[in-house]
Amino acid sequence: MAKAKASKKEYKWELRLYVAGNTPKSVAALTNLKRYCEEHMKDQYIIEVIDLLVQPQLAEGDQILAVPTLVRKVPVPIRKIIGDLSNEEKVLVGLNIRPVKM
Amino acid sequence: MPPSPKKTAPSLPRLRKTPTGITGLDEITGGGLPTGRPSLICGAAGCGKTLLSLEFIVRGATAYDEPGVFVAFEEKAEELALNVASLGFDLLKLQKEKKIRVDYVHIDRSEIEETGEYDLDGLFIRLGYAIDSIGAKRVVLDTIENLFTGLSNQAILRAELRRLFGWLKEKGVTAIITGERGDGSLTRQGLEEYVSDCVILLDNRIANQISTRLLRIVKYRGSLHGTNEYPFLIDAEGISVLPVTSLLLDHDVSTKRISSGVPALDDMLGGKGFYRGSSVLISGTAGTGKTSLAAIFANETCVRGERCIYFAFEESPMQIIRNMKSIGIDMKRHLDSGLLEMHASRPTLFGLEMHLVDIHKKVTRFRPKAVILDPITNLVTVGSVSEVKSMLIRLIDFLQAEGITVLFTALALNTIVSEQTDEGVSSLVDAWLLVRDIESNGERNRGLYIMKSRGMKHSNQVREFVITDEGLDLVDVYLGPDGVLTGSARDAQQISEATGRILRTHALSQKDVEIGRKRKVLESKVASLHAEFESLQDELNRSYIEEDLRKEVMEQNRREQTAGRQHKNTGNGKSKSK
Repeated sequence: MAKAKASKKEYKWELRLYVAGNTPKSVAALTNLKRYCEEHMKDQYIIEVIDLLVQPQLAEGDQILAVPTLVRKVPVPIRKIIGDLSNEEKVLVGLNIRPVKM
Repeated sequence: MPPSPKKTAPSLPRLRKTPTGITGLDEITGGGLPTGRPSLICGAAGCGKTLLSLEFIVRGATAYDEPGVFVAFEEKAEELALNVASLGFDLLKLQKEKKIRVDYVHIDRSEIEETGEYDLDGLFIRLGYAIDSIGAKRVVLDTIENLFTGLSNQAILRAELRRLFGWLKEKGVTAIITGERGDGSLTRQGLEEYVSDCVILLDNRIANQISTRLLRIVKYRGSLHGTNEYPFLIDAEGISVLPVTSLLLDHDVSTKRISSGVPALDDMLGGKGFYRGSSVLISGTAGTGKTSLAAIFANETCVRGERCIYFAFEESPMQIIRNMKSIGIDMKRHLDSGLLEMHASRPTLFGLEMHLVDIHKKVTRFRPKAVILDPITNLVTVGSVSEVKSMLIRLIDFLQAEGITVLFTALALNTIVSEQTDEGVSSLVDAWLLVRDIESNGERNRGLYIMKSRGMKHSNQVREFVITDEGLDLVDVYLGPDGVLTGSARDAQQISEATGRILRTHALSQKDVEIGRKRKVLESKVASLHAEFESLQDELNRSYIEEDLRKEVMEQNRREQTAGRQHKNTGNGKSKSK
């Protein structure tokens, strides 16, 4: 997996998704995440996907235990959301996004 | 100590074990923890789980050349390094040398939101990476239960834990999992369900405000192990566990004898003193000189050039040295020469088991020939009588197995001497000396006697025990018609006896003179009677002789007359007499 979007631009949301290989859970998480981002914060986010099977040394830095884990680096404070991100409500609350729908 | 598993048939495959390097633990487990399997160490907070597991890692890295990974869920790596620096473990240096790796896993529920399915592959990967990066053979997870506080999906967690332990086994690492003790179960989260090979329970028990750390092997699949609770000690050298309960009475005995330091006492003990490696109890009421006897024995041991440890539970070493100087014993020089070690501690400093561990450690290190405990009575303040007794049994067992002579002093609280001592050790010891007060005529004197002394002829007499400027001595007490006399009463009795003796001699000599005189008188009487008898005899003899003479003369005369008549009758030519 590669970076979904890469640019020097400052984003309002910097997200990092840790996965371990191409498991159904990882795929589901990434799909869900992309969907939420496009829906609620279009062009204001960046997603970095890290495969721990490739870079195991990175697990320590963000204190990753469970996969998939979504880490919100910016805005601070750091938040972590674990699981396949299937519950949209929880993800949005966790990411501190005011849902546009409401 | 459990029998070694080596005793099983050599052809059978045996459970491989990884030595922990922790003093004593390898003896109880018969070689260490099961190699390549996870072991569970559980216990309440503050009982030493983290330290024990960390020592397992550190000893593995330093002594057995097995690198280890320590996964800390509770403390940060820096905190951990700081905490164990006091034990002489340099975690940072070992980490730099790639011998150990400390991985801090931070879990904070407030930071984590859970949505949907997940697994703990992240932890597996981290752990796997840590293991592979240094080639670790040992892994510690301390405390994995923290996962339960950070993550709420129990079903996933339990499934993942089961997978984790299976994965650890596959990896072939010897792992320790620590777990907090729960109500009614070994661990709060039931970790013992997953780790079933070896479970060690740590406990921190408080009795009479004194806490004792205890270790027990709850189970050890596929191996024999000690089943008792073993006290353990955390000190400047890490953890020491003591398998000090010896169930066998099979230690060698010595027939050599050693002096007690008091020649007169040796005389009472068949002239040679105590057996080497025996246990001696000196009991008595307060102020009877128990410590002095003990100190003299210590002094004598050092004079022989042997090492001695003196454990004082009542006085400081300086105090004992000063006090012993007053009776002419210089213990300072033995301290200086290194033959004598004195350790003073209040019994309440730590629990009984701890005292035992402490004594055990010091004895093992110093290798003395004699050990003195003065007094054991104070230990009762720490534990109950039966506990003290069991501790002393183990101590005596240990010391006798090592061939070390041990001397206890005990304060008898009651004055009824025939009673057992309070600690109930009198049946355990080989020799029991009793020092008691003998009070009479307004003064107090010390009497010493031997209650028992196994395997040797010993005096049954009470001796008066005198403490002088030059040391101790035993004097025969006066056993007279008035009972046992000691002290000045004995002196007075001896003086009066001496006076009586002089008077008697005098009287005797007078009687002798009298007899002489009587004899003379009688002898002279005998002489005069003799003379009288002789004169009487003479007289009788004279009358006899006279009679004879008369008879003879008369016969003569008659014959002469007859002859003359015959002449006259010649003229008749005829004799009438014919």
